[in-house]
Amino acid sequence: MKDRLEALKVEAIGQIKEAQDLKDLQAVKVAYLGKKGPITEVLKGMGKLSAEERPVIGAYANEVRDSIQQELDKKQSELENAAIAEKLSKETIDVSLPGRPVKKGNPHPLTAVVTEIEDLFLSMGFTIAEGPEVETDYYNFEALNLPKGHPARDMQDSFFITEDILLRTQTSPVQARTMEKHEGEGPVKIISPGKVYRRDNDDATHSHQFMQIEGLVVDQNVRLSDLKGVLETFAKKMFGEDRKIRLRPSFFPFTEPSVEMDISCFKCSGKGCSICKQTGWIEILGAGMVHPNVLEMAGFDSKKYTGFAFGMGPERIAMLKYGIDDIRHFYANDIRFLKQFKNA
Amino acid sequence: MLISYNWLKEYVNVEISPSELADKITKSGIEVEMVESLNKGISGVVVGYVEECIQHPNADKLRVCKVDVGQGEVSQIVCGAPNVAQGQKVAVAVPGAVLPGNFKIKKAKLRGEESHGMICSLTELGVDTKLVPKEYATGIFVMPSDAEPGSDALEYLNLNDHVLELGLTPNRADCLNVIGVANEVAAILEQEVKLPNTSIKTSEEKAGEFISVQIESLEDNPYYGAMIIRDVKIGPSPLWMQNRLMASGIRPINNIVDITNYVLLEYGQPLHAFDYNRLGSKEIVIRRATEGEHIQTLDDQDRKLKETHLVITNGKDPIAVAGVMGGATSEVQSDTTNVLLEAAYFASGRVRAASKDLGLRSEASSRYEKGIDRNRVYAAAMRAASLMAELAGGKVAEGIVEAGKREVNTYSVKMDVSRMNNLLGTEITSEQTGSIFKRLGFSYKESDGQFEVNVPSRRPDITIEADLIEEVGRIYGYDRIPTTYLLSEARPGGLTKNQAQRRNIRTYLEGAGLYQAVTYALTTPLKSTHFSFSKEKVYPISVAHPMSEERSTLRMSLLPQLLEVLQYNRNRSMEDLAIYEMGSVFINRQEVLTDLPEEYVFVSGAVTGVFNEHLWQGERKTVDFYVLKGILEGLMGELNLSERITYEAGEIENMHPGRTAIVKLDGISVGFVGQLHPALQKELDVKDTYVFELNATSLLEKETDQMVYQTLPRYPSITRDIALVVDQELPAGDLTTVIQAAGGELLKEVNLFDLYEGEKMEEGKKSLAFSLKYFDPERTLTDEEVVTAHNRVLKSLEERFGAQLRK
Repeated sequence: MKDRLEALKVEAIGQIKEAQDLKDLQAVKVAYLGKKGPITEVLKGMGKLSAEERPVIGAYANEVRDSIQQELDKKQSELENAAIAEKLSKETIDVSLPGRPVKKGNPHPLTAVVTEIEDLFLSMGFTIAEGPEVETDYYNFEALNLPKGHPARDMQDSFFITEDILLRTQTSPVQARTMEKHEGEGPVKIISPGKVYRRDNDDATHSHQFMQIEGLVVDQNVRLSDLKGVLETFAKKMFGEDRKIRLRPSFFPFTEPSVEMDISCFKCSGKGCSICKQTGWIEILGAGMVHPNVLEMAGFDSKKYTGFAFGMGPERIAMLKYGIDDIRHFYANDIRFLKQFKNA
Repeated sequence: MLISYNWLKEYVNVEISPSELADKITKSGIEVEMVESLNKGISGVVVGYVEECIQHPNADKLRVCKVDVGQGEVSQIVCGAPNVAQGQKVAVAVPGAVLPGNFKIKKAKLRGEESHGMICSLTELGVDTKLVPKEYATGIFVMPSDAEPGSDALEYLNLNDHVLELGLTPNRADCLNVIGVANEVAAILEQEVKLPNTSIKTSEEKAGEFISVQIESLEDNPYYGAMIIRDVKIGPSPLWMQNRLMASGIRPINNIVDITNYVLLEYGQPLHAFDYNRLGSKEIVIRRATEGEHIQTLDDQDRKLKETHLVITNGKDPIAVAGVMGGATSEVQSDTTNVLLEAAYFASGRVRAASKDLGLRSEASSRYEKGIDRNRVYAAAMRAASLMAELAGGKVAEGIVEAGKREVNTYSVKMDVSRMNNLLGTEITSEQTGSIFKRLGFSYKESDGQFEVNVPSRRPDITIEADLIEEVGRIYGYDRIPTTYLLSEARPGGLTKNQAQRRNIRTYLEGAGLYQAVTYALTTPLKSTHFSFSKEKVYPISVAHPMSEERSTLRMSLLPQLLEVLQYNRNRSMEDLAIYEMGSVFINRQEVLTDLPEEYVFVSGAVTGVFNEHLWQGERKTVDFYVLKGILEGLMGELNLSERITYEAGEIENMHPGRTAIVKLDGISVGFVGQLHPALQKELDVKDTYVFELNATSLLEKETDQMVYQTLPRYPSITRDIALVVDQELPAGDLTTVIQAAGGELLKEVNLFDLYEGEKMEEGKKSLAFSLKYFDPERTLTDEEVVTAHNRVLKSLEERFGAQLRK
């Protein structure tokens, strides 16, 4: 009986190995392990065996059955894997073909620069103040210590609409308006970005319309050294941590003392190159301590309050940052230009 | 302002190089824009003596010269200059010499004659042709006879000098002259200023015997001084003076004129020399010109004057426009012997008026306009007269004939040291402060940190405490001011809701595939009125003095400029574009603009050509109305306004009448979306173009509901689809509205999923299919409830539109 079982095992395993697909395999399973299969037959005949032989043969029969089952399982997973592999191979695509483009525009480079600067000052506790682009002579000039007859407010340099109304030549009127709203109570801590207009012929370095960002802090005990601190933070965040800044005395009617800020050249780190015109320094912005007349005109007591203001040109910063050589590019909106600022 | 380094050194001791000096000047307040070496790489140019000069045998225009170039060496040099002659001292570039532009001189043969070098003109030595004295403009430069052959010619020509170009801010007109800069440099380097000698040995004659001076208005002309210098000999000024004038950008003319220019540069005081014999009288009267009065100026132009101009007259006719230009009749000429020297202080407004009207800006007029030192007029006159005696052999008559006040009193300004330190963030002591004022040449009184500073008349820019603080700060050095952080209490910064929403709009539109453009606010008067959707009468706003018609009028819509961008790109063969802009427009409802116009932030977009494209999969879809409407619908969702926005067919100028929708918020128009009118598309030469324009100010000023979380559905929803046959003109939006109203509470979603207008439909009909989703968050709906609601919908549709279910 044992020989018979042994023979069945060899025969079954042989057939399992030859099975071509899952259907063949199922047939083998039914043939050998089914209720009417030969192993069941063998077990049915166990009654004829002696009490000693019975458990031995019974155990051996189970062993044979398990071996066949194991082989069946093994073959089944082999056949299944082969089927999956074949299916996958038929599904193969050319991954080198281009993907479906996702429609996505991007900000104008000036907006990118302005937003970056805004975010930087917002993080330092500033808010953004805005004002009209068509302004009165009072806010654009007079409130900023540029009385009538001052050479810096020549009719030739500004787009006047009437004698008293003009396109603002700077974003400073927003400062005057904001201070006025505070009614002599500090602190004021704002930046004011926006478009401004001057009567210039458009060329590579001039534009009759351009952008400005100005900042203003008015409070008790505001010092020139604090201005230095704020500007240094700005310069490092905007142009790199290893930037140095330099303040040079300058002149603006609405600040006294007035300064201009240079940063160490980010291209050559101060060695001298074409960007910094061999000086190692790049002029970035104008600033100063708010002129007492400006504070007083806006209703602040200049004995009690001091303040600083600064102003810069996003066009200039964008031109420096991205190496743009002509200011007119910003306003021509050539799509090949705009598309370059995806990661700006 | 151009400042010669060598000239400057005459008044103040400078032991550092020109570039180091420039760096120090820049750091303490005056920007040195450039340091230019006058020696533009020149070497090997020596003084030569022309011993012989004969005609070249083979060339009409050439001469063959024998030139002594020092150490007994005589070289043959061929020269083409018309003015070369025997006996001249000239500048010779010997073989091996280098001229500007790295031009190397070699031995050569010119038309068969050997030439060992080159006799140079000033232009060849790098001097701007405009500055070369007229007599040498077309030839070589002839040097003084005492020049030593073989010695360095550059020394004679002062071409080893450096020139500092100062970028002066309007408050520092005091540095528009060499002495002023010397004062500044002396303060920086802690040195003394040495002023030039102005002592004069006068003749027996008295100036008052020759001339009288009368001023009509002391307001226009606070001071006028006249000196008489007799028996001058007109000739070239000495080379050192010519060199300094050329280094400063002024062309030498003759000794008398050169002296007035020299003193102008030295003292900053404009001077004028009249030919006394040609004055036509013995009196000087300064008055306003009469309207239409004429004068022939030095440049031989006939000038028509106005009442606002100030003129110098001989009692009858104008002989000069005050502070601007002299007249031709009294010009100093080669035969002039007696000179009247004018040193005056004219009001800047008068000079500016004449200079502007006549289009004449000179070294003199610009100084008067910026303000000169009143208390230096007299000293400058003395200096010029002494030079005329020294360099032109003149006899200076005793005295100066004056009208007005020669000098004005100076004033003092107070400054508190502790307030200064509070403003600068420094700890500068009173002693340091005092020493800085001394360096600046400011006298002062001090007690206990309270300074009272006498402001010299050359510094009228200093009027308040802050001005003095700046002076101390800049000389102390801004690089020594510490870096600190604001002491004020921390307050949160951040964007306002409106600002944040505007950023959201931009980010959304960019995410939708549109590129941001930034265009000009000024456009043409015609374009400014295009695309107006304002119902009220509006008046375009034009600037008074535009640079061009193209940029003369403020925009009322962003679209005309965006269309220009499309055209610009189309002209460069880029026809598929999607752009938007966010910016201000200006609406004026006043016939005469007296109040500021209304300003609104608009957001507008323009899309043309292919919008969706994936070529190898065969997709290439051009933009249509529904692309833009979809973008707007998404935007309104972003702004939490979807429920309140409607789109109604409407007409806008320049838009396609059948493909334009007015966008309304709570029933009020806030913009539009649609296709450009085909006629305009043709005019602009663009493909089908769809645009939108929204008034973002109006959109964002509306309060929106706070977002509240909705419980996730726990019960199933039931969906019913219906296909309706309706009249072809019936807008689908009307059906949706009715379905929604009739469906009631349980109807949560209505989606249009099919539109059919084909042959299978009856004439004038179309089929629309909707999917309706019924749902109750609290429980499972019964069939009966849904049927009731659904029948209500079908009934309403039939009643309102005669809509039938499609069979």
